[in-house]
Amino acid sequence: MRLSRVKVRAAEPAPYYRGTELMLYLDTLPKGAHAVIEKIEQRAPLDPIATRLEELGFVPGEAVQVVATGPMGRDPIAVRLGTSRFALRRGEAARVGLRPAA
Amino acid sequence: MSSTASTQTPAPSLHIALVGNPNCGKTSLFNQLTGSRQKVANYAGVTVERKEGFFTTPNGRAIRVLDLPGAYSLDSTSPDEDVTRDVCLGRHRSEPQPEMLVAVISATNLRLHLRFLLELKQLGLPVIVALNMMDEARRNGLQIDVAGLQADLGMPIIPIVSLNRAGVVPLLQALDLPLPAPPDPLPAGIDPHMEVRRLLAAYVVDPSAGMDRLTDRLDRVFLHPVWGPVILLVVLFVMFQTVFAWAQPLMDGLDSGISTFGQIVLKPLPDGILHSLLADGVIAGAGTVIVFLPQILILFLWILALEESGYLPRAAFLLDRLMALAGLSGRSFIPLLSSFACAIPGIMAARTIQNPRDRLVTILIAPLMTCSARLPVYTLLIGAFVPHRTILGIFGLQGLVLFGLYAVAIVSGVIAARVMTRGVKSEEHPLLLELPPYRRPNLKSLALGLWQRAVMFLSRVGTIIVSLNVLLWALSSFPLPPAGAPGAAIDYSLAGRIGHLMQWVFAPIGFNWQICVSLIPGLAAREVAVSSLATVYAIGATDDGAADKLLPLLSTQWSMATAFSLLAWYVYAPQCISTLAVMRRETGSIKTVLWAAAYLFGLAYLAAFLTYHITRAITGVP
Repeated sequence: MRLSRVKVRAAEPAPYYRGTELMLYLDTLPKGAHAVIEKIEQRAPLDPIATRLEELGFVPGEAVQVVATGPMGRDPIAVRLGTSRFALRRGEAARVGLRPAA
Repeated sequence: MSSTASTQTPAPSLHIALVGNPNCGKTSLFNQLTGSRQKVANYAGVTVERKEGFFTTPNGRAIRVLDLPGAYSLDSTSPDEDVTRDVCLGRHRSEPQPEMLVAVISATNLRLHLRFLLELKQLGLPVIVALNMMDEARRNGLQIDVAGLQADLGMPIIPIVSLNRAGVVPLLQALDLPLPAPPDPLPAGIDPHMEVRRLLAAYVVDPSAGMDRLTDRLDRVFLHPVWGPVILLVVLFVMFQTVFAWAQPLMDGLDSGISTFGQIVLKPLPDGILHSLLADGVIAGAGTVIVFLPQILILFLWILALEESGYLPRAAFLLDRLMALAGLSGRSFIPLLSSFACAIPGIMAARTIQNPRDRLVTILIAPLMTCSARLPVYTLLIGAFVPHRTILGIFGLQGLVLFGLYAVAIVSGVIAARVMTRGVKSEEHPLLLELPPYRRPNLKSLALGLWQRAVMFLSRVGTIIVSLNVLLWALSSFPLPPAGAPGAAIDYSLAGRIGHLMQWVFAPIGFNWQICVSLIPGLAAREVAVSSLATVYAIGATDDGAADKLLPLLSTQWSMATAFSLLAWYVYAPQCISTLAVMRRETGSIKTVLWAAAYLFGLAYLAAFLTYHITRAITGVP
């Protein structure tokens, strides 16, 4: 499919891979890049934000794309998820684990 | 029981509720179904902004319909969604469970809306699905196998277009049929997301090329890091210029209409108490406020149009960072912008903010956002004291001053919020805001919204404002001065005495006793202050009182320092009992309200004091 920027940049140790695990998160996905949701992480037991994300359709297997970033710094980001668009802050987006678009 | 509904019973024979995600076109469907037969609940006493309407189907079935607040899920995260959940489950304390739900889903956003629909399936209530925005879906090349989807879901699906009357006829016809059986709930253990995916794969052909490209293109401009904020600033600036400039001819027309009316009515009456009551109490009182109707409606028109077009959430996105500086999130932007029309719906809109502290701070600073009821006061004083001049060839100086007053209020709000949120550990402020597709605002919806605002405003004029003015007229007319007493009659009246007493407090900020008197009824409704001034001056004037000459009168009787001081007072003063009452209801705490009133009055006094003395120093008036 599309050759996303994720793949190109993945060759070097990219800042958007967190920890030792090779996991990409939505808060660091570059603008314009496509990816697929791998998992939603709970920050606390019954994390209400994670629950709401899932209700809004952020579930494993869905394709996401960052379409805009805020005018001052990177917060917030606008994300396209299927046919809907959402504005979220980094903290919220950091719960969304991704894998590169196939 | 509904099948026995006969045509001779006038009572509503079916009670339904519209349920759906935000941005599914639910409200425009509601407007289309009920037209002007709606009852938007008054704010006093109820905890819900309850929109109820009535209509009749082609076969004569009378239907009562409730428009429930938009929700993403029945597992609610905000007070607004609580209402929807409680009504759907039949747990609401004052609202009976509807006999049937009309679930509104947008064909253009099935992935999101179908999931909520699956939740509604669990309720055990009959459900009709209104599949909205079919025109847009077709334009985008979306093909939906409605018959297949309907059979699979076990609920009747009616494709509609809520933008025009013809588009909702199929739904009206469906409402004539006997109620469908409640759908079978989703079997346990089935993930709703997987189910949505299965349904989409089976019944929807969604060529990705047919996606909503227009919204993408517009977002590239409106959410652009540079152009986005520039456009937003221009929009807000044009908005306030038009509120001031476009309304003027309309206001002049209304003004002359009212004085003609007054002359016709008053001509046959002899001079005396009745003449004075009608002329100075009723006509002068109501008239000076009614002329501001065009301004208030233009402001509401902008807010409604921005909301309908889908631009408001984008503005929230652009301003999120700025709101973060105030310790809030972009979500607070929409309640705060509504507060420019009126703080009451603004404070109520704060219900959509999930974080409790963000919500409280938003409510506390909402009264600082200049509401439309302050416009009459601003307009009067600016008209009387700011020269009618043009700056840089295009901007009126008067419009600029008005813009400045709004700007000062906003900056104060940001600072106040910053102070209130200081020292609080940084916790999470969820934004999580849907950015709906752009849509052309629907003229009928706009017209209905404006009509409701106009009715609300005029009924306020007809009730609170006129009665307060009559009361004030009585206070300022009685007791009558002793025969042959020198000076104006009002000096001897109760109002005059109260005003003179209050002057002890307000003299340091330059208010004369007439202003003090007009502040009292201003507590019930800010805009009354203008008509009160008219009443006070009409009666107090030694020559024949002329309420319609208030403007030139003020510019000769007041110093510029006094006028500016009153403007500064009005930027901050929480002079609206209804706002404080709504605050009390929404926060459930009288302490919060007292605190809010204290801090706002304190700011008002301080700002007016500084303005008065600085202006006096500059203009050189002792």
